[in-house]
Amino acid sequence: MNGFESLRSGVEAIISHGLRSILTILGILIGVAAVILTVGLGEGAQANVNSAIASLGTNLLIVTPGSATTGGLKGGLGSATTLTIQDATTLANHAVAPDVAAVAPTVQKSEALTAGSNNWVAPVVGTTPSYEQIRNRSVASGSFFSQADLTEHANVAVLGPIVAASLFPSGGAVGQNINIGLRSFQVIGVMNSVGSTTAAANEDDQVLVPLDVAQSELFGRTQGNSISAIYIEATTKSTLGAAYQEINTTLLNLHGITTPSAADYTITAQSSLLSTASTVSKTLTVLLGGVAAISLLVGGIGVMNIMLVSVTERIREIGLRKALGATPGLIRRQFLIEALILGLAGGLGGVGLGLLGVVVLPHLIPNTVVVSPSAIVAAVLVSGAIGVVFGVYPASRAAHLAPIDALRSE
Amino acid sequence: MLERDRHNFSPEALRSDIGDLGDESAISTIAQLTGTGDDTVIELDQVTKTYRSGDLNVEALQGISLKIERGYFVAVMGPSGSGKSTLMHILGCLDTPTSGTHLLDGADVSGLSEIELAQVRNKKIGFVFQAFNLLSTLSAWRNVELPLIYAGIARNERKERAFEALGAVGLLTRSEHKPGQLSGGQQQRVAVARAIVTNPAIILADEPTGNLDSRAATDVLGLFDELHQKGRTVILITHEQDVANVARRIVHIRDGKIQSVDERSQ
Ligand SMILES: Nc1ncnc2c1ncn2[C@@H]1O[C@H](COP(=O)(O)OP(=O)(O)OP(=O)(O)O)[C@@H](O)[C@H]1O
Ligand SMILES: [Mg+2]
Repeated sequence: MNGFESLRSGVEAIISHGLRSILTILGILIGVAAVILTVGLGEGAQANVNSAIASLGTNLLIVTPGSATTGGLKGGLGSATTLTIQDATTLANHAVAPDVAAVAPTVQKSEALTAGSNNWVAPVVGTTPSYEQIRNRSVASGSFFSQADLTEHANVAVLGPIVAASLFPSGGAVGQNINIGLRSFQVIGVMNSVGSTTAAANEDDQVLVPLDVAQSELFGRTQGNSISAIYIEATTKSTLGAAYQEINTTLLNLHGITTPSAADYTITAQSSLLSTASTVSKTLTVLLGGVAAISLLVGGIGVMNIMLVSVTERIREIGLRKALGATPGLIRRQFLIEALILGLAGGLGGVGLGLLGVVVLPHLIPNTVVVSPSAIVAAVLVSGAIGVVFGVYPASRAAHLAPIDALRSE
Repeated sequence: MLERDRHNFSPEALRSDIGDLGDESAISTIAQLTGTGDDTVIELDQVTKTYRSGDLNVEALQGISLKIERGYFVAVMGPSGSGKSTLMHILGCLDTPTSGTHLLDGADVSGLSEIELAQVRNKKIGFVFQAFNLLSTLSAWRNVELPLIYAGIARNERKERAFEALGAVGLLTRSEHKPGQLSGGQQQRVAVARAIVTNPAIILADEPTGNLDSRAATDVLGLFDELHQKGRTVILITHEQDVANVARRIVHIRDGKIQSVDERSQ
């Protein structure tokens, strides 16, 4: 009896117990589909997070006031007034920090905005023209403010798309005037949407104005010389680390701090955000994949269960086959092949269902699902292996039945 | 005794025999040459079988000594529970004796491994059971071909031989029918076809007519008689006298012991 005979006999046995076979296959099928979908969802989420973080800007370092470790004691992260315009201008000096390409200090405060009869409240951010480049932003219409606007204290503003839509519902914001607090500003541009919902604040809902105007005319009295954050672009991705060091040394010097652990500011690298985020989503993938793997295991136990039932039920058949000359090895092989077919059928069916889910799911939920070829191959191999592993015990039982006991049984 | 000496009493001798037995013409030649029946094919010496169920020991066979010559038609008769089926299972290498020796073609069967026993059953013995024992999911010819699968014969030849065997039992037209679509008598004829398809030297039948009406029984018994005429050793177990009357020798057993042996002229 060659392998083909065993295969044919296995397929026949499976077909002759149609419903039971389908139910067994279903257990594995659902497990495999779950693995493919959860891994796909996890990887999709990771891809989303990565692209969202990348949209924050490239080679980006962010300096914020207050220490990350002792911020709570110092009165809250960001509320400390430890960063100044001087810090920013020093860092922009190539002689001091050669690996820094551009620096954009920002000040920020929520303000009431009015345009005609429309009101809106949004953060107003004072910054420099290099903000556009450093943050990887672009204007949808009009233009960003220039170095000249900065030095001339021009009362100009660039609106985030949400602000523009709120103040000018019928469009045509560029060229109009708005009031920020009591001051009148001319709208010279509207930003493109960032679309990022992962950032702490929605950056589509803010107004950008030249730094000097913001300081002198908007928040001067309350914030003085201090700034909310400094966005810094390193020259290249590979010099990010060097830039980090230069910034750190410079700021420690400027602030007269001798022990680095006592720093009154925090430098955040975009890459660390990326790795944190991908760690989080990897953990998620592993977790979901683990749950799915357990369901696959349960499916495997289902195969074993059914194979044991099948051995018991076909005890007379086994006895007869032995009487007709089947060796224990052949009986074992026959049952193993049946289990393997059940496992593989479940695996392939599960891949089919999983791929269907990959196509259908994005229409139902906002998540991205990524097809992972390695997950598919692994799932099919594992389900085949599950069939064999969980088939070994029932198959051995069948193989070692005494022919006479098997024939006698009712 | 001379005849015995010719045999080598080792499992190896039996192993080497497995290959060349089953050739019908060779068997009938031997049967003709040894018409007086001195070529012993089965020999039991003081065979006992004790079943253990809990503290209770059932002595199903209590010292059976028996010689069956090649080409003989032997009926084993006895009341229910006398140990007929137990005897057949031992003769068919489906079960092993508790004590005593069982020689098949002069070789001691107890020395064979499970795999070798499977090969002996496949090549030397054809079984017919009272309950037919056909696989309900397979058609008649697929049932008949089963022993040939285990003999490692190619599909084309299997089909040819299965149809030949079905022709021999007069069921060629039903070869594609499943057991459920056949009458009891037809099912038993399929089982007979399955028993003869490998050309075994020995046919063992345990109450083959037990589930059949008298006409179907006559048909099936006719088949056994035909097989006997062709030189095969046929051992038929029954508790009906008129069934046993087909045989050349009738062994009566009772309570696990041989009571008498009738030699009949034909
Ligand atoms: N597996 C077993 N365990 C215990 N006792 C058994 C077993 N098989 C058979 N027996 C006993 O052995 C004795 C002989 O049984 P066997 O089946 O050989 O009888 P039989 O002559 O074939 O009877 P029948 O004509 O009813 O088929 C009986 O008493 C039976 O109860
Ligand atoms: Mg019986």
